[in-house]
Amino acid sequence: MSDLFAARSQMAISLAFHIIFAIVGIGMPLLMVLAERRWLRTGDALYLELAKGWAKGTAIMFAVGAVSGTVLSFELGLLWPGFMELAGPIIGMPFSLEGFAFFVEAIFLGIYLYGWDRMPGPAHLVAGVLVALSGALSGIFVVIANAWMNTPTGFALVDGRPANIDPIAAMLNPAAVTQTLHMTLAAYASTGLAVAGIHAFFLRTKPGNAFHRRALGVALQLAIPAALLQPLSGDLSAKMLAKWQPAKLAAMEGHFETRASAPLVVGGWPDMERRETRWALEVPYALSFLAHGDPTAEVTGLDRIPRDQWPNVPVVHWSFQVMVGLGLCMALVALWALVTVLRRRDLAHDPRLLTALAAAAPMGFLATEAGWMVTEVGRQPWIIQGVLRTADAVTPMPGLVVPFTLFTVLYLLLAVAVTWLMYRQIIRSPEVQEWERRYAPALGAARA
Amino acid sequence: MPDVGAPELLAGVVLVALTFYVLFGGADFGGGVWDLLASGPRKAAQRALIADSIGPVWEANHVWLILVVVILFTCFPPAFARLSVTLHLPLTLMLVGIVARGSAFTFRSYDRQDDDVQRRWGLVFAVASVVTPVFLGICVGTIAMGHVPPAPSGTFVDAYVRPWLGAFQLGVGLLALALFAFLAAVYLTMEATDHALREDFRRRALVSGGVVFVASFGTLLLARTAAPLVWESLLRSAQAVPYQAVTAVAAITTLAALWLRRWRLARTAVALQVALIVAGWGLAQYPYLLPPTLTVRDAAAPAVTLRLVLVALAAGAVVLFPSLAYLFRIFKSTRTTAA
Repeated sequence: MSDLFAARSQMAISLAFHIIFAIVGIGMPLLMVLAERRWLRTGDALYLELAKGWAKGTAIMFAVGAVSGTVLSFELGLLWPGFMELAGPIIGMPFSLEGFAFFVEAIFLGIYLYGWDRMPGPAHLVAGVLVALSGALSGIFVVIANAWMNTPTGFALVDGRPANIDPIAAMLNPAAVTQTLHMTLAAYASTGLAVAGIHAFFLRTKPGNAFHRRALGVALQLAIPAALLQPLSGDLSAKMLAKWQPAKLAAMEGHFETRASAPLVVGGWPDMERRETRWALEVPYALSFLAHGDPTAEVTGLDRIPRDQWPNVPVVHWSFQVMVGLGLCMALVALWALVTVLRRRDLAHDPRLLTALAAAAPMGFLATEAGWMVTEVGRQPWIIQGVLRTADAVTPMPGLVVPFTLFTVLYLLLAVAVTWLMYRQIIRSPEVQEWERRYAPALGAARA
Repeated sequence: MPDVGAPELLAGVVLVALTFYVLFGGADFGGGVWDLLASGPRKAAQRALIADSIGPVWEANHVWLILVVVILFTCFPPAFARLSVTLHLPLTLMLVGIVARGSAFTFRSYDRQDDDVQRRWGLVFAVASVVTPVFLGICVGTIAMGHVPPAPSGTFVDAYVRPWLGAFQLGVGLLALALFAFLAAVYLTMEATDHALREDFRRRALVSGGVVFVASFGTLLLARTAAPLVWESLLRSAQAVPYQAVTAVAAITTLAALWLRRWRLARTAVALQVALIVAGWGLAQYPYLLPPTLTVRDAAAPAVTLRLVLVALAAGAVVLFPSLAYLFRIFKSTRTTAA
């Protein structure tokens, strides 16, 4: 394993691990706040139980997210000192703002978790709202920095050194809006559907469980809008890519030859020798339409990109297929749930829908990982698109396979521990039947 | 009087943030040290007190370190790049410690309350709390010695091990550990609500205060040959004598207040003492960020970046300090009035 590949692998492992905790840290606080608000409004103690349960889950995920995020902030320098030296003054700004957002999140999460009986209800709810808000902001600031790596603006290169630096222009780079929108929706859709799926799983055998019924309802409030909006935000991303990162788009689509009226290539295998994607399903005119809003528009293919600037086409193409496939499945399940709710049917007594929701539970996380593969591998060989190659930014220290192995083992152990702890939290859900609450509310409240 | 512009201000912010990290985050690590060394008939109660004191605040306290890193790479990018290259190994080990400490602490809070499960996570938490400050101190010692060159040279050992592996660096590492444990013990005398527990931590504070004294003196002696720049400014410059005198007064006040059981005074004095030690190191290095070659001015990013970061810091401070005050008021005030 070369040092460059070890460094890239360590960065990939660190990001892949952290991103799960980051998106749960963005989504879960919103769920717990929604549940607490319902408790304050209705006085139904099960919602309080729900908010407390979700707060525990948030606490576990946030702690691991905080420390793995710390690792990443150091790794930017430990693995890519050349990148940070060049990029720091230009794009350090959103990282500084993220520092404050993260501070606010950590402070109010401490208050929320340990302050249940130390402050009045509305103040406690406000603390939760601040956690949800600053969590989303933290994510947005970090993704703005990543967007800049894809579409770097706000500086000029003079003799290989940055000049005329404008950090505000760097933050307002062309990919910033589409990428932060896509990532934030991903966080809400993934977390919302994961939580909905877990409770749907239990409702399959116990449709009368009042706790799971309420949990499913709140989780879907978040999941349905996010999962339905995500394909639209994906479309905005594709149009941005067509303009600013044609090489990435071409690799995603397995689109080798520049042409007008380009078809959308679904599936298949990009054959690098023959420079075509074989055994694929082609949808005529669709790529031109999706990339430029015009079915006859010309779409740049990989043939316009120098061969040494191609990303790994099969990896990017297939990561993209996986992301889009999963995203569409999630949107369909969300639509099904929405229709069921609108027709005033009981979700918990629709076993097929419950099964679909349970199956969709891991999809958001898998789609998010695949999406990050698309955006990161798709930018290669650049660490800053068109400005700095990844190979030129890596640390001179040899033997990088050792820290890579160390962090891989560490994160595997943590993943096992977190999975076990979350499982324990989930199976301890209260057993309260809906009829008990309806016909004997006092009994249900006592059990809760 | 040195010319104070944006670079100096921001270097000052880095130093202040690092001092806050030591005063708050450092004490959380110190709590882990006392968890490891918990003993006597009140062993379980000591551990419970430590967990209660750290629980609500450790994540917020940890963010000071993130702030240090972020300001460093935004405002002083060459310094961040050099540190990351030469100190790759100790920084990596410190990170492993940070991850293990934070995760194990949280897992212990939410895992089964059986003794064996609790002990397993508790052990990881405590050992990581001991190891991490040592590596942080080693990094600081390496900087003070001027062992962070512009580019690595020589063999792997010359470039990536020898700069940070030595008696002085290890001395600073142990000093950091002793300081963190001392801070925690003094704070815990205020946190404790029953007399016996408070006396436990009073004894621990007095002992670790003695260790801090020995470790400071030892590192200072080693600094004479290992880090002559810091030694010179700490002892021989015009401001050195009054500065050292104030630090000594703070140190003696801490120990005297502990002896006389004046808990609140002890807490204030120990915070002042530790802040003066950290700030003393920073000021002694001035104008160098990384002695003996990289000054604060030379390492600074373009003026526009520095200005914007200063604006962001000012705006952030308006949000941050009231929030922090609220956090500490909720979780630390009830105990204070009881004491």
